[in-house]
Amino acid sequence: MNPQYTPADFKSDQSVRWCAGCGDHAVLNCLHKAMAALGVPPHMTAVISGIGCSSRLPYYCNTYGFHTIHGRAAAIASGFKIANPQMTVWQISGDGDGLAIGGNHFIHALRRNIDINILLLNNEIYGLTKGQYSPTSPRGFVSKSSPYGTTEDPFIPAELAFGARATFFARSIDVELETTRACMISAARHKGAAVTEILQNCVIFNNGIHNPVAEKTVRASRTITLRQGEKMLFGPNLEFGLVRDGFQLKAVTIGHDGYTLDDVLVHDAHTASDILHRQLALMDGSDLPLALGVIRDVESPVYNEALQAQIEEVRAKKGFSSLRDVILAGETWTVG
Amino acid sequence: MQAKLTKIRNIYLTLRCKIINLKSIKGQMTPNHTDDAALGVQELENVVVRFSGDSGDGMQLAGNIFTNVSASVGNQVSTFPDYPAEIRAPQGSLSGVSGFQVSIGRNVFTPGDCCDVLVAMNPAALKRNAGFLKRNGIVIFDVDSCKEADLKKAEFKTLDPIAELGINAQVLEVPVTSMTKAALEGSGLDQKSVLKCRNIFALGLICWLFDRPLEGALTMLKAKFGKKPAIFEANSKVLTAGFDYGHNIHASVSTYRIQSNPAMPGIYTDINGNTATAWGLIMASERSGRPLFLGSYPITPATDILHELAKRKDLGVKAVQMEDEIAGICSAIGASFAGSLAVTSTSGPGLALKGEALGLAVMAELPLVVIDVQRGGPSTGLPTKTEQTDLMQALYGRNGECPLAVVAPTSPTDCFDMAFEACRIALEHMTPVILLSDAFIGNGSSAWRVPQANEYPEIHPPLLPANKANGSWKPYERQENLVRYWAIPGTEGATHRLGGLEKDCTTSAISTHPGNHEQMVELRRRKIANIALDIPSQRVHFDDDHTADTLLLGWGGTYGHLRTAAAELNAHGRKIAFTQLRYISPLPANMGEILAQYKKVIVAELNTGMLADYLQMHFPAAEIHRINKVQGQPFLVSELIEKIENILN
Repeated sequence: MNPQYTPADFKSDQSVRWCAGCGDHAVLNCLHKAMAALGVPPHMTAVISGIGCSSRLPYYCNTYGFHTIHGRAAAIASGFKIANPQMTVWQISGDGDGLAIGGNHFIHALRRNIDINILLLNNEIYGLTKGQYSPTSPRGFVSKSSPYGTTEDPFIPAELAFGARATFFARSIDVELETTRACMISAARHKGAAVTEILQNCVIFNNGIHNPVAEKTVRASRTITLRQGEKMLFGPNLEFGLVRDGFQLKAVTIGHDGYTLDDVLVHDAHTASDILHRQLALMDGSDLPLALGVIRDVESPVYNEALQAQIEEVRAKKGFSSLRDVILAGETWTVG
Repeated sequence: MQAKLTKIRNIYLTLRCKIINLKSIKGQMTPNHTDDAALGVQELENVVVRFSGDSGDGMQLAGNIFTNVSASVGNQVSTFPDYPAEIRAPQGSLSGVSGFQVSIGRNVFTPGDCCDVLVAMNPAALKRNAGFLKRNGIVIFDVDSCKEADLKKAEFKTLDPIAELGINAQVLEVPVTSMTKAALEGSGLDQKSVLKCRNIFALGLICWLFDRPLEGALTMLKAKFGKKPAIFEANSKVLTAGFDYGHNIHASVSTYRIQSNPAMPGIYTDINGNTATAWGLIMASERSGRPLFLGSYPITPATDILHELAKRKDLGVKAVQMEDEIAGICSAIGASFAGSLAVTSTSGPGLALKGEALGLAVMAELPLVVIDVQRGGPSTGLPTKTEQTDLMQALYGRNGECPLAVVAPTSPTDCFDMAFEACRIALEHMTPVILLSDAFIGNGSSAWRVPQANEYPEIHPPLLPANKANGSWKPYERQENLVRYWAIPGTEGATHRLGGLEKDCTTSAISTHPGNHEQMVELRRRKIANIALDIPSQRVHFDDDHTADTLLLGWGGTYGHLRTAAAELNAHGRKIAFTQLRYISPLPANMGEILAQYKKVIVAELNTGMLADYLQMHFPAAEIHRINKVQGQPFLVSELIEKIENILN
């Protein structure tokens, strides 16, 4: 913890206007705490969002903030970070904003590995337009725009992120305050594009959608919180573990069927290969527990740094100090 | 051979009558006519050459080199590359013909309606371009590419293309292909590489015809092929072979010079409109101290701006190729919020995609320059051809009441000045500005004097003063001219939130209050209207004595043609005033006053009447006549004169 800042330093004077019981409140509080913990001053922090319920978040942070247009937060945050790389940049998007209308910018921001921290608040519904299915709603989902159930499959955000070569992917649930905060801090410390998916409850239009994993009575056994260098254990008493079973992962009870603690996998988010990271990220809480925490966190060249380095290299090599120098180095003739 | 020599002599004599023969004396205002008289030379101001061939034949390169060589010996130049959208259409086909027209001489404001010399590398090029040839002009035609199969590909019905096209010109049939092959015998180059040098043989021949020393062309070939010594060697051999061919078939003919108006002393370069635009942005960055950011996506005919700025990492420019047009403008908006001079470059279809984001920049009151190098539309339209059909889109193509500034450069070199102006207005008035260039001036080029930085004003964006960075500053607080302050992220005590939602005009918090919204709409409108006080008054040409009844009025890239037409009409006793708009939104403050001075206003534009409608809306009393053309081609001076005369009568 950096003692210099408290969460209150990052709160704006605007009253928060999300519905009572909305998961966004918890996310906002976690973000204020994470910002204080990181110790980056408010004036060196920017929060940029698109459109949707969660995209109102910048108004509630006493930082530089920009509430932009639907789907474009990743592109705007990219330009912002490239232009002003000293700033710490947070991008807030929902599942509709980030993965439907903004899907193209999302994947390209990840591919470029621009140093922005993307918080993807996934409630599997369009809330601000009052209840249409989103690109993360499951097949058959009934909503105002799918009264007979959808006839399409959803994106799994992790799968999309890995497909776009994300160098950082973490996941939390709005009710998992400590994990959310820890993921945000890790995301900010990661150099490059960082995606933190937060399963968030829409109390009005999709209440309880994450209950199969989020509900208090089942959460310990249907989720696993991954920690770097630690055994992959879960359950109310950490009695279950994840082991390799051929090409698959398998959940076992320690001490049963011959499995001991030694068989349980140790998490390594920093390993370059993403194969196990993908397997972990695709566990959905049914046969295998849903993975929370930092699933992948690897180093790779960062776009804004590489651009800056290239500029410095070219400038040093060419030695131009003004436009006129450049022009005079080309084809010219003199009159007079 | 004797017949051929006679033919060439005739061609030469004709050309001599066509080309102004001036002594090359620096700074001398009037040409020395003595020698001309002795030679019986008739003065004409300029000569137009058109290079044409397959789009893979390198006509643009040959044309560019000839232009640069001519400009470097002091000619005024104006070029018009006319190329197809297909990169390599089937060889020898009509759809694959690429052309490059250049006018050289004095008082050159356009690339010329028609050409004096047409270089045609194959029958298709001849067919496509014969219509551009002046009566009694000269055709230089590659006879080697005139076999039956070639003629068939170009859809000729007979074996005599010249007769079939009814060309009333002097034809110089040159075995370009076999001469090129002969020049490169033993060079070790493969057949394909040998044939790629045909354009340079034609260039050599043209250099001979106009007495252009080969050194200049060689320097440019070196710059182009320097990294491939074998190719450079081959091209320089072929260039010389082309020149010698002309020389050898008629060695006794004297040579002549073409010269331009004496230019202002200085260092000059040849510049096309897109490069000038890119450089104007850099100059604005130097004069404002704000780093330059370009967010863009490739689109014809605007991509060269991205290319040029990508090279200018050597000046610290951040040019980013984004994933689509929307990301292009959005990254620029992000960069603008972050404190950069932010720009996005595109053409009409891209501007359509950027509409919503433009509205965000209007709402957030952030500086932003949007460059639209207009092309034929709607939809994909005519990607490589010129038009002025995006005017209404630029003025109004957004949701809501969404005013912004619109400016339009008038020539390739004016692209520099107006790009600078677009940046100045954007930065000092905290608004998006659309720069409406077009394919004609974007690709066309002229000679340009390299300016000193201090010839351009310093730009002072309204950066938040230090004493206001005290934590209580509100982002929509305005100065007297209604412009808000720009607080650069990273500044302590100035954190703030912007957004696309309507804001309260005093607290800057989100507001849906009806009266507040109307007030903010009005503030945004007046903020743009105020720019009229910060731009030059509109000037009228050819009417210093205020005796003209009729005003010819255009905007943007049609300047050269309109000015030339007006000058010719006045020279023939048809009094007509002329003005070309560069500032369209807001209009110059004296616009109404000017229009009120004339009985008739003729608005000529390359669309169906967008500026005419706009002016009529603002000035209902004006008697507006229209000259419109929507063919993807620039005006011809001749057609303008004819149409203007019809209106005058």
